Amino acid sequence: MTSRFGVVTLAAAIAAALAAASASAETIKVGVILTYSGPAASLGDQIDKGMSLYIKEHGHDLPQGVSLELIRRDDTGLNPATAKRLAQELITRDHVNFLAGLIWSPNALAIAPLSAEAKVPTISSNAAAVNLTRLSPYVARVSFTLWQECLPFGKWAATKGGFKKVYIAVSDFAPGHEAADAFSKGFKDAGGEIVDSVAIPVKDPDFVPYLQRVKDAKPDAVFVFVPSGKQATALMKAYSDLNMKAAGIKIIGSQDMVPDEELPNMGDEPLGVITVGTYSNAATRPANKAYVAAWKREYGDKTPPGFMSVGGWDAMAAIFSAIKATGGHPDPDKVMAALAGWKNPDSPRGEIMIDPETRDIVQHIYIRRVEKVGGHLANIEFETLPMTKDPWKELNPPKN
Amino acid sequence: MSAILAAIVSIAFHGLAYAMVLYLISVGLSVTMGLMGFVNLAHGVFAAAGGFVMTRLMNGYGVPFPLAVAAAFLAVGAGSMVLERLLYRRLYGADELSQVLMSVGLIFMSVAAAKFLWGPLAQPMTPPAYLSGQLDLGFRAFPAYRSFLIVAGAVVVTLLWLGLERTRFGARIRAAVDNRRMAQSIGIDTGRLFTWTFALGSALAALGGALGADILAIDPAYALEHLVYFLIVVAVGGLGSIRGPFFAALLLGIADTGFKYLLPEFGAFFIYALTLAILLWRPQGLFGRV
Amino acid sequence: MRADAVGGAAPQAVEALARAHRLKPWELAPWLAAIAAYFLFPSYLPLGAQILIAILFTLSIDLILGYAGIVTLGQSAFFGAGAYTAGLLAAHGWGEPISGLAAAAAVAGLLGLASGAVILRTRGLSLLMLTLVIAEMLQEAANKAGDITGGADGLQGMEVWPLLGHFEFGLFGRTAYVYCLVVLFLLWLVARRIVHSPFGRSLTGIRENEARMHAIGSPVFRRRLVIYAFAAALSGIAGALLAETTQFVGLDSLGFERSGSALIMLIIGGVGRLYGPFIGVPLYMVAQDRFAQADPVYWDFWIGLLLIIVVVFARGGLLGLAERLLRRRGRKP
Repeated sequence: MTSRFGVVTLAAAIAAALAAASASAETIKVGVILTYSGPAASLGDQIDKGMSLYIKEHGHDLPQGVSLELIRRDDTGLNPATAKRLAQELITRDHVNFLAGLIWSPNALAIAPLSAEAKVPTISSNAAAVNLTRLSPYVARVSFTLWQECLPFGKWAATKGGFKKVYIAVSDFAPGHEAADAFSKGFKDAGGEIVDSVAIPVKDPDFVPYLQRVKDAKPDAVFVFVPSGKQATALMKAYSDLNMKAAGIKIIGSQDMVPDEELPNMGDEPLGVITVGTYSNAATRPANKAYVAAWKREYGDKTPPGFMSVGGWDAMAAIFSAIKATGGHPDPDKVMAALAGWKNPDSPRGEIMIDPETRDIVQHIYIRRVEKVGGHLANIEFETLPMTKDPWKELNPPKN
Repeated sequence: MSAILAAIVSIAFHGLAYAMVLYLISVGLSVTMGLMGFVNLAHGVFAAAGGFVMTRLMNGYGVPFPLAVAAAFLAVGAGSMVLERLLYRRLYGADELSQVLMSVGLIFMSVAAAKFLWGPLAQPMTPPAYLSGQLDLGFRAFPAYRSFLIVAGAVVVTLLWLGLERTRFGARIRAAVDNRRMAQSIGIDTGRLFTWTFALGSALAALGGALGADILAIDPAYALEHLVYFLIVVAVGGLGSIRGPFFAALLLGIADTGFKYLLPEFGAFFIYALTLAILLWRPQGLFGRV
Repeated sequence: MRADAVGGAAPQAVEALARAHRLKPWELAPWLAAIAAYFLFPSYLPLGAQILIAILFTLSIDLILGYAGIVTLGQSAFFGAGAYTAGLLAAHGWGEPISGLAAAAAVAGLLGLASGAVILRTRGLSLLMLTLVIAEMLQEAANKAGDITGGADGLQGMEVWPLLGHFEFGLFGRTAYVYCLVVLFLLWLVARRIVHSPFGRSLTGIRENEARMHAIGSPVFRRRLVIYAFAAALSGIAGALLAETTQFVGLDSLGFERSGSALIMLIIGGVGRLYGPFIGVPLYMVAQDRFAQADPVYWDFWIGLLLIIVVVFARGGLLGLAERLLRRRGRKP
């Protein structure tokens, strides 16, 4: 009898202790939607590692008693219907406080209306579709927009870059079209000529026929946007196989073409390629040196960090600061208020800020060239366009 | 005018190199499907495995390119024999749907296993110095590695054809494809024949995957990504033949590259349309038996 | 009466055949389970609705594969056609869901009729590849027609009206679940009716022995075509359901992966029994959901293992296994 009584009291005590613990400890849930499987799994890997690294390095910064739980979901690639269902489940089933991740613009565009309906602050770590932040007042972005990169890059290419005739070759989906439009506007406004353009189906791995068209047109350069990852490598190979360098055709584009993590796979072909971007792991800023060192400690030398990883890192930085600003009780409207105008002077990519009006990121835009440093290829920044806002939103003011 | 000619030559050349890779990988599938009636959707797994073995040996251990390719060929051939004994053999003569289910299961497991072992990135493939750069033939220059691919493909086709036509092993295979029961009754050990044919087909796929790693990048999802093209080559070529897949691969490789050059925004649309037309015209494939 | 007509056949078997079309109590089990799931797992309703849609889609494959012996890897052509039909209607000002389903059924059914008329003369691998190639062509065409379909970005701006003018398709998926369940139930009744009709029996005859059916004067080609078009219409309705309940249509609705995974789910459940989808689809999708949550990076490994286990231990699908077990028990005194 007594022993049974003892068990009961013990159980009751444990239950009470657990209840007390859960009452004082606030668990904040972040739903992370990334591509973990399929051909684009390497992108999810980069962002996930960036996020985990931030939590590892800064976990102790959270307010007392607050803990963070990442709930990871695999959208399997450019797959808006799946992404939308995952977001729906994270919201209704797991009751997440934040959504983060988002690699593919179409996936993010499908999720944005949910974030508005359910009032879930959503941070894009990569998806760059320019109107994304307009679709929901609860979406903020820490990656970039292609207008932000490519419009000033077009201007630069026509003036300082010295290019006269450029051919545009981009992937046939929203970011590709935005890159083409932005570059084209910047380039033409500054007096350049766009010879022609071609849209390459997103899932096509063979770039030879497309680049052969470019070669036939004999431009000074081809401006390229393809999704970061192995497509970029395949494109560089095709460029090399067609011997386009010898034909005097340079290749320029956004950073997606020579992501830091893919550079080691590309041989020496990319040497001299000029791109516009937000981050290079070869940058000598102290914040970046610390970031790269922490990355190597955690993950070794196998996959170096690229710009996607910094999107993951900064998404976590934004979420941490919002949690701190709201004292560990992340009410959606207070979170968005805290994020408006949020600044991080110590991002690996330099100073960043979230524009309080558009919830889009304001950051330095770098023009970089691929050079060999210590036997390895690296994106070396040689020109900085400080604290650039997304120009599309100024060119296209909200209608109402 | 000469610019147009140059473009045509370039398209034909690159199409040819692509065709050789498609052929090397698909011929084994055609033979195993024709010989054993096995719908092995997981055939691409062996091609990917060949690529992984080769790139790991070259990048990780500095093994020279020819040795690494040979090792990929042998290792995958040996590995496939084990799989054949453990899994495939159970399903000879089973309904096609079970074979589909089993091979798809194998694809899924291999995709995850490759991601675990090699990480999600595509594997870098840098051809050796003597096959890099451009090969100058006087009237114009061609990329050296792709030229090598074309030559290597042609050599393999010839060897295979000779092997099938001139050796006892080849005669046995032909006999078993034509009439398995008759072959068994005249004393051919079809079980052993299947194992060796399966191993050879898988090893050839590994060769294709390894040599073709420069064109079809080696990553974990490889077997799934390119499955449709392998199947098209087999269906268009006709089951159980060596010649069929060769001409099918040539046709598809060159036509695909050409269509994309001429009508880039349509992507692969016309290559599917061509497949449709051929299969309606000759449902048994170009070289299949009625 | 029927027993007389067949004369010497074993009376029990004839009795069983004659009674097959009557609803048996156990046939209500999946529906009761589906209704119970609505109350037991309210936070799983979005997944539940997608399972119901996948069941309908898989059922359409079971009709042609299981009853007419047509192996297809291109059923997503009709799924996508239906999805884009309903989606385009809703994006251009007609968001009424039920008429959207009807339009999708018509478009997909016609597409099935047209493509079936061309490809159903072939058999085996060619037929399989032709179905696949047609779906791939449609996908490329939808990608090319980006001005209409939104291309790879997906169709934007769908506005689906409330169901019957009252029930909004909300965040929690209650309306979507009930809507899908009712539509699935009605179409299942129709499919069941067809399977047990003389027409359905003749299909089974064609699957089992085509030459004999030719010999007894059965219009083989026409019958195969009719069931192919009907299954296409079912797939179209499934696609439209997905479009309306998620308010989104993407190129993946036409993709080969969708056809492939439906085929896999059907094989897991068991082919040619009309109930295979009700077993295979929930099992596969719930397993995938669980695995993907437990292990978002390597979940495909566990799914692959599951498939191989089914092949090794439950050839003929789970229903096949159940049948064998029941028969073995029945044989014992």
